[in-house]
Amino acid sequence: MNTPFYKYGAFGDETSLVVAFVIGIGFGFFLERAGFGSARKLVSQFYLNDLAVFKVMFTAIVTAMLGTTYLAWMGVLDLSLVYLTPTVLWPQLVGGLVLGIGFVIGGYCPGTSVASVATGRLDGLAFVLGLPVGTLLFAEAFPWIRGFYENGSVGVQTLPGVFDLPYGLVVFAVVLMALGGFAGASWIEKKFQPR
Amino acid sequence: MSPTAQTLNEPWGDGRDATRAVDGAAPAPYMNPYLAGIGLGLVLLAAFVIMGRGLGASGAVNAFVAWVVGSLAPAHAQSNAFLAEYLGDGTTHPLKAWLVFEVLGVFAGALLSGLLAHRVRVSVEKGPRVSAGLRLALAFSGGATMAFGAALARGCTSGQALTGGSMLNAGSWVTMLAIFGGAYALAYFVKWQWR
Repeated sequence: MNTPFYKYGAFGDETSLVVAFVIGIGFGFFLERAGFGSARKLVSQFYLNDLAVFKVMFTAIVTAMLGTTYLAWMGVLDLSLVYLTPTVLWPQLVGGLVLGIGFVIGGYCPGTSVASVATGRLDGLAFVLGLPVGTLLFAEAFPWIRGFYENGSVGVQTLPGVFDLPYGLVVFAVVLMALGGFAGASWIEKKFQPR
Repeated sequence: MSPTAQTLNEPWGDGRDATRAVDGAAPAPYMNPYLAGIGLGLVLLAAFVIMGRGLGASGAVNAFVAWVVGSLAPAHAQSNAFLAEYLGDGTTHPLKAWLVFEVLGVFAGALLSGLLAHRVRVSVEKGPRVSAGLRLALAFSGGATMAFGAALARGCTSGQALTGGSMLNAGSWVTMLAIFGGAYALAYFVKWQWR
């Protein structure tokens, strides 16, 4: 069995859109299950009294990472055919900071805001309406910020590549880091519990 | 007035009739964060194995904006390098994109989960010290800010932090750490919105 199925031509572009919808259902389902349709639940991550964002995100990262690692090891999944966004250091650093600022002001991120609208939040709807406005501003400013947008471009780059370490060792380190983080998160939540 | 852990785990913060959903039933508690994380991780793994790509959200907004600008001012959109990428060669409709269908699925999945758990109700989620109007304005600004940041970073919390994070993509880890950094740095200054 060779995967990714789509990359090996198991189905075409039309079918891929059906797959997109079904995978989206799973994504939205678990976001809402976790409570991520709620802005107060999400921003509690930044006031340290509910670290569900960290717990859910890192459990998901570790689950998917171990899955891809084992499947690649068994020869089922060709990791080189999985799309990776190229690394462009400086805009990704600054863009990340801007994303974080928008997160704590708006209360959602683009994905979770869709879950918030689905569960009836009008503030989530306002957030969603703001999204195309920000994108349009960026697009109109693009001719002037293009130099910065390409600044620090190093192509597709993974952590094992950057630190010149075996892939499995980095996977192991991330798992250990996540487990340590989960233990630390419970301790922090107790310490910052509002009275 | 600071909320207890219990009120945080109730889905609405609008101070009225805090327990009833559209169907009149009391909302169910959220899923254990580690279980929700495993669910989310398996959905992400399925996307890798089936499609050879991960999850996303902000890319759908880019496609939407490219379509709107492309419809209203075709020459302007084609001359903009950022938007032109989402318009392609003109043979495919810009909205016939993988991420657009995935985001529609997110809405459907979150609605399904919300209805099953009695968590769907029209509300404006906010802390006790801000008016609904101010909260909507802040949510709108947050959405615009995050969309700008996501365009700069080439992805948001879904495409970069979650997807790229689990693939050990170097730029994604830079973006993820910057998101948390930016949010924690600003959290103190906007606490009045939430508490």
